[in-house]
Amino acid sequence: MAFTDPQLERYSRHILLKEFGTKGQKKLMASKALIVGAGGLGSPAAMYLAAAGVGTIGLADNDAVDLSNLQRQILHSTPDLGKPKVESGAETLRAINPEVEVRAHQGLVKADNVMELISGYDFVLDGTDNFQAKFLINDACVISRKPFSHAGIIRFQGQLMTYLPGQGPCYRCVFPKPPPPEAIPTCRQAGVIGAMAGVIGCLQALEAIKCLTGMGQPLTGHLLTFEALTMAFRKIKVPGRPACPVCGQNPSITEPQDQEPAAACDLRGPVP
Amino acid sequence: MDLFVAGERKSFGDGITVAELLALENVANPEYVTVAVNDEFVDSPLGSERPLAEGDRVEFLYFMGGGI
Ligand SMILES: [Zn+2]
Repeated sequence: MAFTDPQLERYSRHILLKEFGTKGQKKLMASKALIVGAGGLGSPAAMYLAAAGVGTIGLADNDAVDLSNLQRQILHSTPDLGKPKVESGAETLRAINPEVEVRAHQGLVKADNVMELISGYDFVLDGTDNFQAKFLINDACVISRKPFSHAGIIRFQGQLMTYLPGQGPCYRCVFPKPPPPEAIPTCRQAGVIGAMAGVIGCLQALEAIKCLTGMGQPLTGHLLTFEALTMAFRKIKVPGRPACPVCGQNPSITEPQDQEPAAACDLRGPVP
Repeated sequence: MDLFVAGERKSFGDGITVAELLALENVANPEYVTVAVNDEFVDSPLGSERPLAEGDRVEFLYFMGGGI
């Protein structure tokens, strides 16, 4: 496949990079990336992947654009209020780069559809806002041997790690089971500085681009943490967990499952 | 003795345990924090009587559930 003149121009700053070149650009154009959550993290991730020329981008989300989203979810604009996020997001991505095939997956990602959803993609970006979804995506990706980027943000902090099958720990190695509902605050409850979503979502896009083109060292075996108030990035080494319930030697989780409400084992009493 | 807590050198009493360190450092929601010492996970850190030794590198890994 030869590049057209407009493609050579559009992607010229990529092609100039010796680690990237026409080879990397071709790989990207033949790749498929899925972004689960067209929100704070998903916005910058999707926009940079579209601008970069990733061939197919999937957006999965169940929500509609709300006024409280616009402080950070730059995929959506004020005229999009009330629209399904996947629709508003798809329009933005197509406007950035009409060469990209954008697939809108409207609906909740659950145990009974996650495997089929991710099977159509080469790389998954977790931009969800709850532990149920984060563990579900981890388990489905580990079971399907699908590379993915985990990220989480809250207040002035963010974290990020990349899973590559057989090449390092998964999210459950770091956190073996989800916290009980309501035990850990979400952005909805605790707030988040909007630009944090930009920083961490862009890092997820970079990890996707590196993995899809085979450039550099992915963020496997490490958790990257970022604290905005002190501008401190830390790359913390995380070991594998041989007894990990999903990627360990004798996994007890062999298919994705919706998390049970954990009320029965939460001994701490009601959250005020 | 000195420990490296989240990359920062700090002094503590000799032989304090992982559980004691969690309390001294005022770790929020300690029951949900993953602890690694010298790049190895500590089982059930909140009740861990594992004594720490001079120069140990201790990391606290926190749940971060936001994204939307
Ligand atoms: Zn694992």
